[in-house]
Amino acid sequence: MTLDQTKPGQTFLIRSIDDPAARLAAIRFGIAEGSLAACQAVLPGGPVVVRKGKQEMALGRSLAHRITVELVEV
Amino acid sequence: MPQAHCHSTTASVDLPSQAAKVVLVGNPNVGKSAVFHALTGIYVEVSNYPGTTVDISSGRMGDMGIFDTPGVYGVSAFNEEERVARDMILEADIVVNVVDAAHLSRDLFLTLQLIDMGFPMVVALNLMDEARANGLQIDVAKLSEELGVEVIPTVAVRGEGIAELRAAIGRARRGRPTPEVAGRLPGDLPPAAGVLWLEDDPGTCARIGREGPGLREEIYRARRRRADEIAERVISETVAGASFSTRLGRLALHPLGGLVLLAAFLLAMYQVLGVWVAQDVVGITEGIWMGEYYVPWMTDLVGRLIPVESFLGQVLVGEFGLLTMTVAYLVGLLLPLVLGFYLFLALAEDSGYLPRVAVLVDRLMNMVGLNGRAIIPTILGFGCVTMATVTTRLMGTQRERTIATFLLSLAIPCSAQLAVITVMLVPLGPAYLFTFIGVLLLVYGVAGVVLNRILPGESSDLLIDLPPLRLPRIKNVLQKTYLKTKSFVAEAWIFFVIGSLLISVMDQTGVLAALANGLAPITEGWLGLPRQAAQAFIMGFVRRDFGAAGLFDLALNHHQTLVAVLTITLFTPCIASIMIILKERGRRQGAIIWLADIVLAILLGGLFHRIFFW
Repeated sequence: MTLDQTKPGQTFLIRSIDDPAARLAAIRFGIAEGSLAACQAVLPGGPVVVRKGKQEMALGRSLAHRITVELVEV
Repeated sequence: MPQAHCHSTTASVDLPSQAAKVVLVGNPNVGKSAVFHALTGIYVEVSNYPGTTVDISSGRMGDMGIFDTPGVYGVSAFNEEERVARDMILEADIVVNVVDAAHLSRDLFLTLQLIDMGFPMVVALNLMDEARANGLQIDVAKLSEELGVEVIPTVAVRGEGIAELRAAIGRARRGRPTPEVAGRLPGDLPPAAGVLWLEDDPGTCARIGREGPGLREEIYRARRRRADEIAERVISETVAGASFSTRLGRLALHPLGGLVLLAAFLLAMYQVLGVWVAQDVVGITEGIWMGEYYVPWMTDLVGRLIPVESFLGQVLVGEFGLLTMTVAYLVGLLLPLVLGFYLFLALAEDSGYLPRVAVLVDRLMNMVGLNGRAIIPTILGFGCVTMATVTTRLMGTQRERTIATFLLSLAIPCSAQLAVITVMLVPLGPAYLFTFIGVLLLVYGVAGVVLNRILPGESSDLLIDLPPLRLPRIKNVLQKTYLKTKSFVAEAWIFFVIGSLLISVMDQTGVLAALANGLAPITEGWLGLPRQAAQAFIMGFVRRDFGAAGLFDLALNHHQTLVAVLTITLFTPCIASIMIILKERGRRQGAIIWLADIVLAILLGGLFHRIFFW
């Protein structure tokens, strides 16, 4: 599934980020392919807020759609 | 304060040329400037980094020079601030890396990059109090061992750990580089340049005349892996609780709670800037200080030397006088508004709220081809379109900058103009006010959607780090406000001088009156306004509120007022804005934007005249 389909509270593994510039920026923020993160909030039709540890970041909807994730149980 | 414009690549305090350069580096919002001020004390110099809009601070500690850099997530060249930080880092003798203890794994990416670059360094593990409040415990000794450099826990705003940090700077040493990087470094380059070359940094590749190996992503990944591993080994969570600021931060992004909070924020902003500054403060500064004291005094002074009615007298102290109107406008009207706006912006920025506003409005901004970050220039535009146009530099692509600049120049009235318009519309009743707001929103939306359709390319997506919400430090906020206001005035004053000079000459030579007559078919025929309205529009070229004020003096009925006010809002931005638009967007595109504003304003104005029956 893609990141924009996740629901608040779900934890997932990031499989791929289909956007070279966003991939580099995300690595520096702390999320890379292979990272474990959680969906913090989804604004209706808008960005997805992702949390990793204590850190939160927001990704625009269409970018979130280009990120493949895999849900994991915690 | 004197501006330090020196020719070396780093702005500087007066230092002996051999003095060690200590450069502070850290992610945004990690309290870097608090560490800087704690280390340097009160003797600090702030200057504009040569050739950029980025302000940097420098000071001294003993015989060493200390330099603060813009907050960055890594050493690279993704935007202007990063380029400045990169160039300053490359000149460092010692690096002090300020790290947010509560966001260690994110920050360690930069730490490891700096270590890979071979700088002797010390890590200031700042915001230890916030980490504790979030239930995080950090094994400092272990972190230091992993990195191979000293790690000093600090709470810089309270001065905790600063003495230890100061002592540790003298013992700065090189750390343990990431194996994937160290193994690949070319032997013929110094490590710092070598690392940047390995990461395909365009500036470095160009400087050494060698193409990069295309390894950036691989190296970034290796470093991210190592950062995460180190963070995992040294952090233990004592309680899983979320602090108050974390919960408030989440409320700010709640679909419903977020909107309530945003409404409260906008209302507070309107109250402070729209009511208090734009009316009360400006009433004193422009109305009394300038209008009652300064302008009569200056007119009298000039009148003693030359006749006020002469050509020169009119240029200096006449209706559009260089020494009267220009000064009164800049100091009495613009300065308080710009100051107020920057103060608000600094508060919103330092509290961490602004990025959350960007998230809330991202969806709406997407429709006009922008992302949520574009809300910053838009908010600024209601203060001053000129300064807002400059801040479009923070946007990801040229496409977004074009859209944002055009929308700002077309549909965002600046505070000076809003003040006059409010006075004109409010007595007519709420229907007129709401029509005004509704029409502007509609024009903004439709123009944005159309541009988004016709402009080639794609806009960048929102991708931002959300800093924790915290109480801003007053000292920081005031300093930021002062610096931004200063550089705005420094950049803008010349345009006001040119503008008033131009209109003065047009007025004196009769060109202004001739134009008003020549334009009668448009004003009378198409817009349904009196012929004299043309003069207001011509004045609108110089300053937008001035144009609106020109309408104020005409006897207009309700319908005419609405049409006139809408047309003048959509009409050309002031001369200072036009100059900045030409400078930022280039002559060709700038001219198109300007012409489009004028044509659209007149076209739509006539349509409004025919559509509105109220």
